[in-house]
Amino acid sequence: MNAGMSRLLLTRLATAAGTLLFVAAAVFVTTTMLPGDVAQEILGQSATPEAVAALRHGLGLDRPPVERFLSWLGGLLVGDPGLSLVNGVPVATLIGGRLSNSLLLAAVTAAVSVPLALLLGVSSAMLRGSIYDRVVGTATIFVVSVPEFLVASLAVLVFAVKLRWLPALAQAPQGHGLLDLMRSFAMPIVTLTFVIVAQMARMTRAAVIDTLAAPYVEMARLKGAGPIRIVLTHALPNAIGPIANAVALSLSFLLGGVIIVETIFNYPGIAKLMVDGVATRDLPVVQACALIFCAGYLLLVMLADIAAILSNPRLRHR
Amino acid sequence: MTHHETPPPALAEAPPAGGPSTDSLSAPSSRRHLSFPKIGVVGMLGAMIVLFWLVMALFGNQFAPYDVGEILDADVFEPMSRLYPFGTDYLGRDILSRVLAGTRQTVGIALIATSLAALGGALGGLAAAVTGGWFDALLSRTLDALVSIPSKMFGLILVAAFGSSIPALILTLAVIYLPGCYRLVRAVAVNVAALDFVLVARARGEGKFHIMTREVLPNIVGPVLADFGLRFVYVVLLLSSLSFLGLGVQPPDADWGSLVRENIGGLPYGAPAVIMPALAIASLTIGVNMLIDSLFGRSLRRKGAA
Repeated sequence: MNAGMSRLLLTRLATAAGTLLFVAAAVFVTTTMLPGDVAQEILGQSATPEAVAALRHGLGLDRPPVERFLSWLGGLLVGDPGLSLVNGVPVATLIGGRLSNSLLLAAVTAAVSVPLALLLGVSSAMLRGSIYDRVVGTATIFVVSVPEFLVASLAVLVFAVKLRWLPALAQAPQGHGLLDLMRSFAMPIVTLTFVIVAQMARMTRAAVIDTLAAPYVEMARLKGAGPIRIVLTHALPNAIGPIANAVALSLSFLLGGVIIVETIFNYPGIAKLMVDGVATRDLPVVQACALIFCAGYLLLVMLADIAAILSNPRLRHR
Repeated sequence: MTHHETPPPALAEAPPAGGPSTDSLSAPSSRRHLSFPKIGVVGMLGAMIVLFWLVMALFGNQFAPYDVGEILDADVFEPMSRLYPFGTDYLGRDILSRVLAGTRQTVGIALIATSLAALGGALGGLAAAVTGGWFDALLSRTLDALVSIPSKMFGLILVAAFGSSIPALILTLAVIYLPGCYRLVRAVAVNVAALDFVLVARARGEGKFHIMTREVLPNIVGPVLADFGLRFVYVVLLLSSLSFLGLGVQPPDADWGSLVRENIGGLPYGAPAVIMPALAIASLTIGVNMLIDSLFGRSLRRKGAA
């Protein structure tokens, strides 16, 4: 750690914070530029103008946009994103339990897929050009270039319909044991794992292959080091930065996958809440969920950047 | 180098260790192919798949064995049979006819949206590269910030705001992918705009639009086209996902994503009604990927993405 590097990291943090603020403004502007009037939409066509005006006042829609944006932003910062337009429940209450459900899904998926992807990526980089490498490469490119719901459908078809190992839907756990919990959430996790592992394995393979092409690896090979030793003691320590970068970037694909997976398996998470919110045009819910997702995404991308900075010796010792 | 393997034709992830773009530049026979990019077997296959779906988008209705909306059979989620090649859907309608009709929605909407995004991105990127200065800085910063919204999230926000009529969907998809097109065009155009012949054109007193379209654009057509193909794949995937969530193309119209959604109830029976539309999406996206890979190769794409 030195001054130059901490300045670099601080810049990165400030950029992320600034981007998040911009995204918040973009989300707010887009969702309030509605062609229709929210109050009119809630009350329906037959409402009297007085009732609509009263509701507009009650919702604070008659205040100037900048003031509304600032009060919305302030509310978000203290954890109060307003009331749902559909049922009047505080958005924070709606999000509360579901956020932890989604985080649980993401955490378990990450815990399963990171080791698996690293294993696949590093081994196929070592065996580059072999049949194993091509099979892994073709399988991962297939998973990457098809929609997540196809992966989910095929997973249900194989694991729930043909093999009957797992229940097709993510219900609330039947029993209280860990095994029951695992079983009821297995399908969403399996599906997400497929998507994430494919991304991560491809990026890991590319990172390791880049390192293996470096002259010092050639030198180690000429000195007679075996392939395992070359990868474990020479290449991997130097590839950790790019690999950490790849892992963080692939994990940001979780956010897209989670939207599909929570919907298809009816998982009670925040993405399902947001999709339902979009369908009913419940804008406070959509705004709050969108910001949570964007914050998570920016955090992962920032972590990826920081991993790249920390692992670059030229930046570390300047 | 202890070993020299030939990269698998289309699925090679990285240029071979020897250096970038060995496949198109250092091969001794490359002179013959300079004017006509070489397409391998994989590329031909990709081209045929893409051509097939384009024809189906235009004339699919002529090939459909049944009327799209007609309820033909009391049995729902039938398996494949001679009568119904792809089985029947949740109302007993013919899935083959519905997939063929959905081609027009999926391919049509995605093509228009991608074209709009590419056109807007190319105009903006060229203008930024040729003009430079604060115009370039402002445009780049703004669009960079938009890139940091995950595309599915962006889609949900825009659909929440503008609804999911077909024009709104096209604009939504175009807006989401415009920043990406802009970034690519600007990145490649900046390099070209710094070359001497552009300086000469400026000294000749040519207008900005002339420099953008006559001097710079012809030199970046390759990367822009490759990007167009990849962007098209992303647009198809996003459109299908939105439709799958019930937020894209609305009934009575149905694109491939909506077909998967409305028949998802047949999944526990392993009905082809769910699998076939999903496979149609997969074949289109994989086909485009195969074609782009063999036409332009990884090296070009990596250069463009940087």
